[in-house]
Amino acid sequence: MSLVLINAIYIVAAALFVFGLKQLGSPATAVRGNLLSAVGMFLAIVVTLFSRGILEFQWIAAAAAVGAIIGAIAAQRIAMTSMPEMVALFNGSGGIASLLVGWAALYNVGNTLFTIITILLSILIGAVTFSGSIVAWGKLSEIMPSRAIVFAAQRIVNALILIALIYCGVMFAMEPTLNSPYFFAVIALSLLFGVMVVIPIGGADMPVVISLLNSYSGLAACAAGFAINNIILIVAGSLVGAAGMILTNIMCKAMNRSLANVLFSGFGAVKTATKVEGEVKPINAEDAYLILEAASTVSFVPGYGMAVAQAQHVVRELGELLEKNGTEVTYAIHPVAGRMPGHMNVLLAEANVPYDQLVEMEDINRRIENVDVAVVIGANDVVNPAAREDENSPIYGMPIINVDHARTVFILKRTMASGFSGVDNPLFFGENSRMLFGDAKESISKVIAEFKI
Amino acid sequence: MEAVFLAFVLMLSIFLGFELISKVPATLHTPLMSGANAISGITLVGALTSAGAGIDLWATWLGAVAVAFATIKVVGGYMVTNRMLAMFKKKDDKQGDQA
Repeated sequence: MSLVLINAIYIVAAALFVFGLKQLGSPATAVRGNLLSAVGMFLAIVVTLFSRGILEFQWIAAAAAVGAIIGAIAAQRIAMTSMPEMVALFNGSGGIASLLVGWAALYNVGNTLFTIITILLSILIGAVTFSGSIVAWGKLSEIMPSRAIVFAAQRIVNALILIALIYCGVMFAMEPTLNSPYFFAVIALSLLFGVMVVIPIGGADMPVVISLLNSYSGLAACAAGFAINNIILIVAGSLVGAAGMILTNIMCKAMNRSLANVLFSGFGAVKTATKVEGEVKPINAEDAYLILEAASTVSFVPGYGMAVAQAQHVVRELGELLEKNGTEVTYAIHPVAGRMPGHMNVLLAEANVPYDQLVEMEDINRRIENVDVAVVIGANDVVNPAAREDENSPIYGMPIINVDHARTVFILKRTMASGFSGVDNPLFFGENSRMLFGDAKESISKVIAEFKI
Repeated sequence: MEAVFLAFVLMLSIFLGFELISKVPATLHTPLMSGANAISGITLVGALTSAGAGIDLWATWLGAVAVAFATIKVVGGYMVTNRMLAMFKKKDDKQGDQA
């Protein structure tokens, strides 16, 4: 196949990626968008296989078969609550693939200095994406402690790694031999750097990290594209890189923090919030039922705790019962609730909650005064009024869902422990707050049982 | 000149990416992310060329492993996105509030 034809088909593939991404932006067209981009990918792969550059098929066939089987099984089997881990692993596999492509490109003859630099970049970004994603996966699946891991000289250590990386990179670029020790040092240091970048980031900041690594995996593909002089890699990689950056930015805004602050600060260690004291007012399922039964508008506010308790299905059931009872039901979702962007939306969609009932933070805050009951399920920091009122609070300035302005607030909570940031939550002591202690799933099931009597 | 040309493409694609994504509703953030994830599996195309070029045995090996990883990402990414999107349903004509 001629180079012109190959490139022409790459252009078609790129157009399909663009259309696909565009259509992923609306629930009505998203399925088709995903399909379009899959078709684009298929075209790009097929045309590459037919290009004259490819001589040996046996390794490709074996490797692709293994990858396809693993990917397909993972995609079928994964529980929606584990989506963040899955996305982290996919990011990581993109990273390692780009690293290896960069490495293999070293064997091409006649590499210019520019190509060597792009090879180094694809190895650097690929390795950081890979090891960073593995750490993120470890934190999400709680194989590692999910809190921020900070130690005294962290910044100095990171700076030293970075200096060593640049030094080895320069030394290698000056004399790019295949078995240069500097080359292997670059790989090792990049992998180490990826670990160092992600360990100081705590569990609640995971949405930022996941979308950032998503962006990196695109950039890694883009750098690999430069290394092997392939334009479709550059186009698709940078589209994804840009998309990931936008998401990262949305996540940062939703926490009122800069990206630098999320990446380097190791949340919560700096300030101590004003201690809140007061009396909490517990409530039992029976009374909760009576209040809900009389309410005309109810808004559920889910957080990571809902995912942990796997409570999304019972929440939907309660929502449906309330609707039958003539109550207006909405689900108010904070942009950083959960462990990845849109985590809660996916869980509720899985439980068959129609997406037009999912409302964003700004919308619900506009009419929160008219909400009779706000039911907080496993969310803490995203509904903490200290973010609005207490200047000493580490989360001060973060936009929150103002559930404390609702007429009544139910808070489903296991115990009185504070949220991830370790901040006390004055919401619990509010005049209109009622605590429904216990496992979220059990508590809601009890309320549902009351409805059915 | 080649490098300049590629950099030009890079710049335009990044701006296009920003434009495409900036107005996505929060509901779709996860599918968008995993869909984008699948697209960045485009590394597979690069991996195929490295694995199939037959320049060097070691390069072929590196390429083949890259093919495996990138295929996981492409196949898994598109399938899981599709699975997720299939769950997003609009409210069917139930009686009650917001139409």
